Amino acid sequence: MDYTNLAYVLSAVLFILGIKRLSSPKTARNGNAIASTGMLVAIIATLISFDLLDYKLIIIGMGIGGVVGILFATRVEMTQMPQMVAIFNGFGGGASALIASAEYLSNYQNNSLSMFLVITITLSVFIGTLTLTGSFIAFGKLQGFISGQPILFPGQQPFNALLAIGIVVSSYLLASGNLDNLNTFYAIIAISALMGITLTIPIGGADMPVVISLLNSYSGVAASATGFVLMNNGLIIAGALVGASGLILTNIMCKGMNRSLANVIFGAMGVPEEASKSSGKQINIKSSTTDEAAMILDAADKVIVVPGYGLAVAQAQHAVREVAEQLEKMGKKVLYAIHPVAGRMPGHMNVLLAEANIPYEQLKDLDEVNSEFEDCDVAIVLGANDVVNPAARHDTSSPIYGMPILDVDKSRTVIVNKRTMNPGFAGIQNELFGFDNTVMVFGDAKEMLTTLHKDLKEL
Amino acid sequence: MDINILTVFILAIFVGFEIITKVPPTLHTPLMSGSNAISGIAIVGAIISTKINSDISTWLGLIAVIFATINCVGGFLVTDRMLKMFKRK
Repeated sequence: MDYTNLAYVLSAVLFILGIKRLSSPKTARNGNAIASTGMLVAIIATLISFDLLDYKLIIIGMGIGGVVGILFATRVEMTQMPQMVAIFNGFGGGASALIASAEYLSNYQNNSLSMFLVITITLSVFIGTLTLTGSFIAFGKLQGFISGQPILFPGQQPFNALLAIGIVVSSYLLASGNLDNLNTFYAIIAISALMGITLTIPIGGADMPVVISLLNSYSGVAASATGFVLMNNGLIIAGALVGASGLILTNIMCKGMNRSLANVIFGAMGVPEEASKSSGKQINIKSSTTDEAAMILDAADKVIVVPGYGLAVAQAQHAVREVAEQLEKMGKKVLYAIHPVAGRMPGHMNVLLAEANIPYEQLKDLDEVNSEFEDCDVAIVLGANDVVNPAARHDTSSPIYGMPILDVDKSRTVIVNKRTMNPGFAGIQNELFGFDNTVMVFGDAKEMLTTLHKDLKEL
Repeated sequence: MDINILTVFILAIFVGFEIITKVPPTLHTPLMSGSNAISGIAIVGAIISTKINSDISTWLGLIAVIFATINCVGGFLVTDRMLKMFKRK
């Protein structure tokens, strides 16, 4: 009986059960614990069943990695979660590429490279290295080390095409006879690293949720490819699960923005900004104050809060909870409508609101909440713009036409809080602001909500 | 090529799609950091590659162990930290 592989089957089962328990916030924490137990099983099984392991080196490596991991996990702020996931994706991809490289070099020395090994190693090195460099660029953009604007240079697309050809040719050379050509192998590493960079720099900050999800998927695929190199079921199964997860999230993010993956990745290249030319129609807005907003809210029974990323930027999550609690005290029903791309990564806004102790039962996603607006008295839009723009439903000339939006305009009254009249990411005017049932309250979200809270209490 | 491992790979992808589509959008960030931690399974390969007794490969294995451990430890811990915050009324 092969106990090591039996242990890998057990850990795969634990991973699957763990993810299954993520289907509800009630069981999710337990699910995470189950998945980490699966990891522990896999590590212990590996440590005891392979001969000639360099334990000293392993302990040093796990010690360093453990400390760094703990520091990252305990220090990171919830707003920085996208950066952290990005950099972790990079480490995962990097680890896979390093393992595959080590396999190549040792088999090279022993003259034991086979066609199958070379193909799987090349795949693992290519995807792993690309994930590593791409993730670090994504990290840099999200953290503000690199400009969040798309970085473009002349001849970018031909250059990328050249890199792609380079990868195909060198992989072919390596696999077709010259299995042990070290220089070709190094060339593959270098080209993969470059591709990770050139494919990520032209993508703007607003599209980063798609990129992180995609890199998440790659890190899983890289682990699977490494599993093929080592003929290890544990890596293959776990990698496939992560690959599938990343792909699903990528798809959800693309749908949330109504864009194809190809458009996100190559969209910024060669296309001049088309946003500015969209309708320059003047809209008349009604500007209002917090005590007027308080009076509108007093007359309401059902209130839906629509938070955008501007809310998190203003650090106003706690202030919004206080307002919501006050409204509930006054006997009103309060819900939160969360658009899929409200944060900087899938599900980000939910985490930011949960951090402010907002109960998860009140957090509703797009599909659940859109029917709720019909009988909603007041929708409060906080720092959100494009995701509530009705033009997405009817204006075929709008750049966001077709994007799924929250139908806030169907509520009786819409209160919109914004810092200024500046347009959103897509750079377009929002007709919602000029609607008869919309009132604008300008100002910083946190200040506005704090004053509103006071006004509500004084009613 | 061993057809068995390809079978395992393809079935795992299907299982992955089945269970992950059931995760609600509310939990997509923890799903991502948690699956990130699971991709730290590369640590198994990293441990194995330290036994390869050529200098350079062993060093590559060490760096891989560090990277993969960061992924596992950091990933599971931060996921737990987030999930702790999801409370009912």
